Amino acid sequence: MTHVERSPGGPHDAGQPQPGQPQPGQPQPGQFRNGQFRNGRSRAGRRRSDDGSREELAVPRAKFQSYYGRPVLKPPVWEWKIPLYFFTGGLSAGSALLAAGADLTGRPALRRVGRLGGFAGLLASTYLLVADLGRPERFHHMLRVAKPSSPMSVGTWILVAYGPGSALPAVAELLPARLRATRPGRLLQLAARPAGLSAALLAPGVASYTAALLAQTAAPGWHDMRRELPFVYTGSAAASGAGLGLLFAPLAEAGPARRLAVFGSAIELTASQLIDRRPGVVTQAWTTGRAHRLHRAGEVFTLGGAVAAATVARRSRLAAAAAGLALLGGSALQRFGTFEAGVASTKDPKYVVVPQRERLTARATAPAEPPAHQ
Amino acid sequence: MAHQHSFHGPLADPAGDAGYQEHRPRVGFFTDTSICIGCKACEVACKEWNNVPEDGLNLLGMSFDNTGMLGADSWRHVAFIEQQRPLGQQDAGFQDLPTGPSGTQETAEVVAEALPQAERSGGDLGTAPVDLGFPSFELPGRTPGEHPRAEFRWLMASDVCKHCTHAGCLDVCPTGALFRTEFGTVVVQQDICNGCGYCVSACPYGVIDRRHDDGRAWKCTLCYDRLRGDLEPACAQACPTKSIQFGVLDELRERAAQRLDQLHDAGVPEARLYGHEPTDGVGGDGAFFLLLDEPEVYGLPPDPIVPTRDLASTWKYTGAAAAGLLAAAVAAFIGRRPQ
Repeated sequence: MTHVERSPGGPHDAGQPQPGQPQPGQPQPGQFRNGQFRNGRSRAGRRRSDDGSREELAVPRAKFQSYYGRPVLKPPVWEWKIPLYFFTGGLSAGSALLAAGADLTGRPALRRVGRLGGFAGLLASTYLLVADLGRPERFHHMLRVAKPSSPMSVGTWILVAYGPGSALPAVAELLPARLRATRPGRLLQLAARPAGLSAALLAPGVASYTAALLAQTAAPGWHDMRRELPFVYTGSAAASGAGLGLLFAPLAEAGPARRLAVFGSAIELTASQLIDRRPGVVTQAWTTGRAHRLHRAGEVFTLGGAVAAATVARRSRLAAAAAGLALLGGSALQRFGTFEAGVASTKDPKYVVVPQRERLTARATAPAEPPAHQ
Repeated sequence: MAHQHSFHGPLADPAGDAGYQEHRPRVGFFTDTSICIGCKACEVACKEWNNVPEDGLNLLGMSFDNTGMLGADSWRHVAFIEQQRPLGQQDAGFQDLPTGPSGTQETAEVVAEALPQAERSGGDLGTAPVDLGFPSFELPGRTPGEHPRAEFRWLMASDVCKHCTHAGCLDVCPTGALFRTEFGTVVVQQDICNGCGYCVSACPYGVIDRRHDDGRAWKCTLCYDRLRGDLEPACAQACPTKSIQFGVLDELRERAAQRLDQLHDAGVPEARLYGHEPTDGVGGDGAFFLLLDEPEVYGLPPDPIVPTRDLASTWKYTGAAAAGLLAAAVAAFIGRRPQ
């Protein structure tokens, strides 16, 4: 891990051959010899350690240049509604999968939890997505086009296709007994299973496209993690859906929820640990600050929930409910952590400049003789 | 259309790739920063012509730059960089005189420390008012004692939307509000944009942003309305030194290569072109630059890559994760049945 020191609008580091190099003895710009300047730095240093968000410097700082330390990228305009949607959308997808399985294997209580949870998650998601738009009344403009190059467009169409399959079975579950005997009531009951299956087939898309959406941005904290992020998100979706099942379904029917909790958590935690271990400066967006705290807390909750699901949740209803809550909390924290990591990577120019500069240096030095100069 | 859209790599005809059968030649800007005098006529002309709202009257402490950055309400931005090194082979006449540091580096550092304290770490510069606490009673970087003398050069550069060959903003726009014009430029249709904000995060240059009180995304249109009327964009027309040159992109690239040779011959080896190369990460910029230092010194990314370049691998991993989720769910139901 390299720590990075910004040199705002700064001239070149010493040693780089530049015309008109200042004479020896003159202060080298960017080296910060000046007394007043050093004061400035130490002030900054103290503030950082008070904050607790920066780790102790173990390696020398790498230098990079920037324009007054100003970010190169624009931070995302999305706020809390979007990471919360990642959670509710994942929850809906995980629940739909559980509901369809419970329906096919004759577990009515688990089916009911999954269907209701899945639709509630979808309703919350729809609200959050529309409300986050700059012009919410124009939400239907998303339906003008279908663009495979835009994960948001792909996701919109996945959600449109997923909606009926999520809504219908939930309505069927809620239908009062006296209406079930009527002809429309019977039709609804009949349609619930195929509808639920269609939702289950689309659920993996609902759970995973959000990761593609984040990866398909210029924010290094998201884009560079495009291999791992989808697994974090599908794993987290499975864990949260299973968490809901553990929270509300009786022990006798919650077996699949317990297993899904373990599988989902294993996928999520593995991918999330792989992100933390990636070499390069961008990983610091995940391993420092608020993003790190949220992401780590999410991992702890998820791990705790999964362990409980595999052990005590088999016998104790209370333990199952606690495991379910931990899984739900872990998933939500993980979503906010992944979101925050990307935001942080746009706010500090080092995440943009340092890797790009390294890339250029590698390209310039890799071929011993560049063909252009031959 | 049967032809295949291209998401990265060199592309001779972006308008044709976007589906135009017959169209005008691709146009753009060549901004030669070596002759920019920092008058900001481009910023003013742009605001006037395009009716771009005020983005705050601030003193940012960034030399003469009180705009900060491109944004929803700043479609041209003149950067000012003060450096303690001579311009070309200029002699500042400091021989045998007491010399010392100028306040330049300190001023920059004071700003660099203040910026992260701003709400969006300065990312809202050019979009909304940002108070960096300047001016203060104490001049930033004021040094007591001997009056300092140092080598000095002042870089000025007018930044603008790059109108990329492969535009990240356009690729991700889920409403089709962003489109490729018949001139090969990239424009937002304001009657379509619903303010989803995806383009803001997809731009590798940090150009486009959402307007706070309006909710829609805004950026330079390369004066699409003027182009259709066979007029030059407002900023280029207003530029008094022709630092901003407008024209057919192929001609501009030739002109830029000549200018680069001229500067190198004149003893300015640090001159370089930025964004002219069709093989770069965005397939070359429609608006490219001649710079006198590394791009990051001007706040430009040194090696930007359009996120869409990795689209195929992103969808591949996403598909694998989705399949894994389905498999995990099926596996969860295999085993002992109830009762």
